[in-house]
Amino acid sequence: MSLNIDKIRSDFPALNQRINDDKPLVYLDNAATTLKSKPVIEAVNQHYQMESANIHRGVHYLSELATQKYEDTREKVKRFINAPKKEQIVFTSGTTAAINLVAQSYGKTYLQEGDEILITHMEHHSNIVPWQILCEQVGCVLKVAPINDDGEVIMDEYLAMLTEKTKFVSFVYVSNSLGTINPAKQMIDAAHAVGAIVLVDAAQAVAHMSVDVKDLDCEFMTFSGHKLFGPTGTGVLYGKEELLAKMPPVMGGGDMILNVTFEKTTYNRPPYKFEAGTPHIAGVIGLGAAIDYVSELGLEEIAAYEQQLLDYATNSLDNIPGIRFFGTSKHKTAIISFLIDDVHPHDIGSILDLQGVAIRAGHHCTQPVMQRFDIPATGRASFSIYNTHEDIDTLAQAIHKVKEVFV
Amino acid sequence: MNISDELYQQVILDHNKKPRNFGKLEGATHFAEGFNPLCGDHYNVYLTVDDSGIIENAMFEGSGCAISKASASMMTQAIKGQTIEFAKSLFDQFHKLVTGETVTDDGNKLLGKLQVFAGVCRYPARVKCAALSWHTLTGAIDESQDTVTTE
Ligand SMILES: Cc1ncc(COP(=O)(O)O)c(C=O)c1O
Repeated sequence: MSLNIDKIRSDFPALNQRINDDKPLVYLDNAATTLKSKPVIEAVNQHYQMESANIHRGVHYLSELATQKYEDTREKVKRFINAPKKEQIVFTSGTTAAINLVAQSYGKTYLQEGDEILITHMEHHSNIVPWQILCEQVGCVLKVAPINDDGEVIMDEYLAMLTEKTKFVSFVYVSNSLGTINPAKQMIDAAHAVGAIVLVDAAQAVAHMSVDVKDLDCEFMTFSGHKLFGPTGTGVLYGKEELLAKMPPVMGGGDMILNVTFEKTTYNRPPYKFEAGTPHIAGVIGLGAAIDYVSELGLEEIAAYEQQLLDYATNSLDNIPGIRFFGTSKHKTAIISFLIDDVHPHDIGSILDLQGVAIRAGHHCTQPVMQRFDIPATGRASFSIYNTHEDIDTLAQAIHKVKEVFV
Repeated sequence: MNISDELYQQVILDHNKKPRNFGKLEGATHFAEGFNPLCGDHYNVYLTVDDSGIIENAMFEGSGCAISKASASMMTQAIKGQTIEFAKSLFDQFHKLVTGETVTDDGNKLLGKLQVFAGVCRYPARVKCAALSWHTLTGAIDESQDTVTTE
């Protein structure tokens, strides 16, 4: 069954607007954040409008209702990523928070001086800096697997860097600046062969392909709700049961305890141990609606549609003289990073914006990727389920306009 | 609204393509480095200032978008041969211009050619681009050791 794009477009109110002198909005900044569908907006609205209450603590009707809905999302996430148990789903404020949690809890407890953490050259800053902080704290060493000119991890080098010193491996499933889909299973298996623990940053994966933690067999996996058509300020950390059980909490407070006395406090069990304080209840409920939405469409269908968008976009942009692509792997999602002649991406972004086309211009929080290709920044068009061939035609025309201005 | 009329005027495009006073100034008396961490624009500004406070020479090097490069190029032209005081009051006027504050007739006279940057105030994301080299100039004049950033 293929996607009904008109129907999908009508589900996203933001698409129904004209900007900058009456230009229809062409939203191609989905890797930064996706638009939100009506069911998500309505779920969040319903909570604030009629069902506002705190969770896990009230005996009254609204509190129980909110708790039920919040916990329903946990069940939905469990099914969505094929996790064994819903207790393995920890809600966080996003991918960044989840990675920091793992670094400060697992990392600070179980890594020691001289231990190595292996990442890749294409990581988002949120999968670099938390490990640098940890290295400063405990004296472990950060290693970086290089990437080739197509923007792929050089597998021989990655494998060679895995040694008995490697205690932790953390890598991005899909690169946000290059679009590369890493061979996650192969990378995880190899890391396990040397006894390392593996975290997969699936922030750019979950809205574009199916992610199955049982199949991957990674110890941790993270993603953000807002890149999955869900609310900002929501995210997920998946962890293997025995690891979550032995990890200490990073934040203390309400909800994460069973019993508090001044002499001794006993922590709650996972996932609550890691969810101190009042969480983003409305957001998590909205995330549930977002997961329902994509699950109904089907990740296989979404992936197939977006591949076809990628092919169409790559072909039509490739015709523009002076365009250069960054991230040319055969295995990639619908993300196109590009430069035109020697026009700075900021100038590209401004000219496109005036034509109603929203892209991102910058280093995309992956400065080492820019350094690898010796460029200051790129323009990035990233596609999603509601984008069309017309959007891509508008993009191509807008890029021609850039060339006109900068003859 | 036409972007090439408003933001990318011919003068700006010309300075972007052929930046004036571009390169390292040997024997500079004043220097500062300017950086916009958000987009990676990066410029060094060099001055030679004589004993009486006159800017004998001004040069810049680095990379960034057309707006930031043209702004740096035209800035060096505008301050060359002028006093430090003049450069400072010129920046005051320039800042007003690109942030959309009212500029008086006298202010506009002072700005001269720099008035081509008037369109920038309608593009909030680009104000920092236009102002980066000027903030760096201030850093060079004050001889602050730290890198100047726009954040
Ligand atoms: C690959 C990747 N990892 C991590 C993040 C950080 O996500 P968040 O800002 O939602 O915490 C992003 C988002 O930009 C991303 O694209």
